[in-house]
Amino acid sequence: MDPDRTATQPATGAAVTPVYDDAVVKMFFTATVVWALVGMLVGVIIALQLAWWPANLGLPWTTFGRLRPLHTNAVIFAFAGNVCFTGIYHSTQRLLKTRMFNDTLSRIHFWGWQGIIVAAAVTLPLGLTQAKEYAELIWPIDVAITVIWVVFAINFFGTLARRRVKHMYVAIWFYMSFVLTIAVLHIFNSLAIPATLVRSYPVYAGMTDALVQWWYGHNAVGFFLTTPFLGLMYYYLPRAAERPVYSYRLSIIHFWALVFLYIWAGPHHLLYSALPEWAQTLGMVFSIMLLAPSWGGMLNGLLTLKGAWNKLRSDPILKFMVVAVSFYGMSTFEGPMMSIRAVSGLAHYTNWVIGHVHSGALGWVGMISFGMLYWMVPRIFGREVRHPTWVSHHFWLATIGIVLYTVAMWAAGLMEGLQWRAINDAGQLANPIFLDITARLEPFLWLRLIGGTMYLVGAIMMAINFWQTIRGSGRPVEAAARAA
Amino acid sequence: MADEQNNGAHESETAYGRFHRRVLEGRAAVFAIATTVAISIGGIVEIVPMFSASLGPETIAEVTPYTPLEQAGRDIYVREGCYLCHSQMVRPMRAEILRYGEWSRAWEYQYDRPFQLGSRRLGPDLHRVGGKYPDAWHYEHMRDPRATSPGSVMPAYSWLLDWTTDPADVTASVRALSKLGHPYESTDEEWVRGQMQSQGETIVANLAQTGIETSWDREIIAVIAYLQRLGTDGRRVLEARETAQAEEADAADDTRTADASEVSGAGGSR
Repeated sequence: MDPDRTATQPATGAAVTPVYDDAVVKMFFTATVVWALVGMLVGVIIALQLAWWPANLGLPWTTFGRLRPLHTNAVIFAFAGNVCFTGIYHSTQRLLKTRMFNDTLSRIHFWGWQGIIVAAAVTLPLGLTQAKEYAELIWPIDVAITVIWVVFAINFFGTLARRRVKHMYVAIWFYMSFVLTIAVLHIFNSLAIPATLVRSYPVYAGMTDALVQWWYGHNAVGFFLTTPFLGLMYYYLPRAAERPVYSYRLSIIHFWALVFLYIWAGPHHLLYSALPEWAQTLGMVFSIMLLAPSWGGMLNGLLTLKGAWNKLRSDPILKFMVVAVSFYGMSTFEGPMMSIRAVSGLAHYTNWVIGHVHSGALGWVGMISFGMLYWMVPRIFGREVRHPTWVSHHFWLATIGIVLYTVAMWAAGLMEGLQWRAINDAGQLANPIFLDITARLEPFLWLRLIGGTMYLVGAIMMAINFWQTIRGSGRPVEAAARAA
Repeated sequence: MADEQNNGAHESETAYGRFHRRVLEGRAAVFAIATTVAISIGGIVEIVPMFSASLGPETIAEVTPYTPLEQAGRDIYVREGCYLCHSQMVRPMRAEILRYGEWSRAWEYQYDRPFQLGSRRLGPDLHRVGGKYPDAWHYEHMRDPRATSPGSVMPAYSWLLDWTTDPADVTASVRALSKLGHPYESTDEEWVRGQMQSQGETIVANLAQTGIETSWDREIIAVIAYLQRLGTDGRRVLEARETAQAEEADAADDTRTADASEVSGAGGSR
């Protein structure tokens, strides 16, 4: 065997065991669980508002228009963001066999990020927003995000610089693309001229603003909800399965193809719009190509279980991860299909898009996160999970919840899309009254609410389980097991 | 264990694998630069041409910026997150044109900061809503959406009827926008206030005809001004172009009238 390769193998029983900073991992872990509940609860509330409008409560601060950005920001930047940081701070130290570069920077990163989330939770219900999807936060918070991201980047690259292994494992590549790309996206999409402390106007106008925003928006999906989570998959799935990753070659090809192709896909959000035709076509073509590297990642994850499929029967953590990777494959098939101009013509503006987003967010991001958190608890808190059976219950609640959610949204989306466009024999709209179609959506909206609530209940069970575990009623992990 | 994964479970070494390992995986800086290059190309190719006149979205001189009152209404539209349920983009499809009107052109958005195309139609598209309903309809609709639109799921926005706009605050917006190249006659607070008041009082007078009493500085007035402006530039310019084309065609037909080729310019001043 090439000796170079063995350099990245674990120094089992090595003389020097680096002391890792797991305190910051625990902080991010706790924040993850708290924000998961907040973000998902707001999601359930706004789902209720769509099914039953009086739930808007007649107050300015609680209308759908103000709470929806709170939901998206909370689940993306608070829940998923803290998941990424938990996993990155935990796995990077172990993969590079060194402590994080600087403990103070780690804490500034942690508290800065939580402060940003709290600021978002205060400003969004107050109607302080830039009204660009997933980039709603007002300019002073944008500045804070930039500063904290630079702190994170210094800490991350500083850790890389003092690593004690020669070669960086594939998870690190994905983390690196996350750190770099989010910085580029955030800075260029947020360029604006302030009018007051809470209001600003973007330097881009009209369709240019739309293109820059969806370049950002789609790559927030690509580089905030995909690449870091693929990195987490590459570390935690092989760990949980106790199998090496299926293919090193595939990981090289799909990494570079993914990061190169993703960035082009934004204009698929603007098909049939007034965006210049050439840009729409580029967005569509690259979105379709994106299927290949996405499935490369899915296959590399799933085939890692080759020879270990029997473990799926008994291990709920692996179940979470395998379902996550399967949903990743499904939604990265659906996405390119929806980017085809003709399909977009039907799906755009409908609930179908909401269903698609949630099969990615609940199915991929949520499930891989839960798998990682359950795997991590005994290893960083030193206690076995208090209620092992609840892990299984959580898995089934979440899985059935997602299925109800996406099926309801597919049905609602197709119905809306078809009824909006239906033309009768006289050449007139078959459903001239928009609200007639809205009324027909109601049963699907209730079904979606049930699915989402099941998902939330699962997350609450997880939180209680962790709380009781960490508070001391979990059985201590045996030292030998912990070292593993 | 996990750290073995640099070996694929079953693979032999390949040339590009060796290259990748030697050149990239061992050097964080090189890897970071290569990644940055890979993620930059698509963005540069798609976004930079947007600033060119021939490849980017078309802009035309006939469209003027929002008046201070309309801009104030637009900022309220942004504040309330209206874009989360209402799109402002009519697609060039038969059913959309039948339902909403002319499809949306790029130049109609040239003073839209931020853009408000939206991504979801929980309610109908609003890009051609300007002039579709009387001012009083919008007033009632914001007070109680179900009063005008039975079965609507929109929340009531009754606070817009009470809350007031602040000309000083709107002036700050006008100043920022004029820095970005929106041609405003003046950026003085007095001028902004005067513009808001005169346009607002017209709407107040319209509302008074149906017995609604309010004043020009209520937020609802700004919102109505904005909604009534939406899509009207497009309609005006497109109609003028159509008229011009028709006249041109007439002139070509009519050989006896020597001066008939005089074609009116597209669009008047607003």
